[in-house]
Amino acid sequence: MSLGAHVISRKTRKELEVMAGLGKVLARLMDEMEAMIAPGVLTRDLDARAVRLMQINGVRPAFKGYRGYPASICVSLNEEVVHGIPGKRPLCEGDIASIDIGIEGHGYFVDMAKTFTVGTVDAGKRRLLDVTRECLERAVRAVEPGKKLSCIAHAVQGHAEANGFSVVRDFVGHGIGKALHEEPQIPNFATKDPGPVLEEGMALAVEPMINAGVPEVVILSDGWTAVTKDGAASAHFEHTIAITADGVRVLTG
Amino acid sequence: MAKEEAIEVEGVITESLPNAMFRVELENGHKILAHVSGKIRMHFIRILPGDRVKVELSPYDLTRGRITYRNK
Repeated sequence: MSLGAHVISRKTRKELEVMAGLGKVLARLMDEMEAMIAPGVLTRDLDARAVRLMQINGVRPAFKGYRGYPASICVSLNEEVVHGIPGKRPLCEGDIASIDIGIEGHGYFVDMAKTFTVGTVDAGKRRLLDVTRECLERAVRAVEPGKKLSCIAHAVQGHAEANGFSVVRDFVGHGIGKALHEEPQIPNFATKDPGPVLEEGMALAVEPMINAGVPEVVILSDGWTAVTKDGAASAHFEHTIAITADGVRVLTG
Repeated sequence: MAKEEAIEVEGVITESLPNAMFRVELENGHKILAHVSGKIRMHFIRILPGDRVKVELSPYDLTRGRITYRNK
């Protein structure tokens, strides 16, 4: 819950252009990650490649050192929901891998996540992945200036639960811009509070996290990795979007 | 990002201010400014200096709070 007036920053056209430029870099980086995915690849190989590409593009990994996070990207496999720390775990045939990357450049941040399949995955995981991607698409389509923030929650929760999946409660989307996490928090589930009115100039990181089983998560002893309580698979898609005069613009597309 | 919840603490009312605002001394000794939640207003629960109350603090601004419960 929020208290008092936490101001949601509104970006100028110029600021949003800078973020769109960064978003393009990040989208390309995500394509590179996708191209690397294959059985046997270690999650830390993905991290190393991402760091290299960030250096080439003159941007900084936004997650590195954030509250002590030890790596530059998050790779969360199967039952891992978010914040999986890259390490010597290999990708295996049949896994799903959620890759979450945030970058900083020229004083601005963008954030993006996508879940990929490793080789052929079973129909259940495939469907979870498709539904989660659709949740994000529906959420982005739902956003309109003048509507309340909760339109995102309705779009995500409605679609996920209609398909028999559940929405993670412990993590939320967020405003983004000059900081990785800005106001407002963007829950993917209905709350009592319909939230602030969406206005032109807002930049939001919308990130549905959908579980195949129960919505509860557990944080592992590394202090970061969130896994589903029942061990069922979880998927995660995220875009940084901007609300402009001509409608919603996906910056990380 | 991880969901940030309001922090719930207990304190004692030290001063009643205009506009249904109160100065509250928390258990940890901090003095904060707090307003009264809508539910407490709706039920005409009187809050007087010396009362123990439950206060929700925002993780962003620890100097202001919202009184959610008056202990009896």
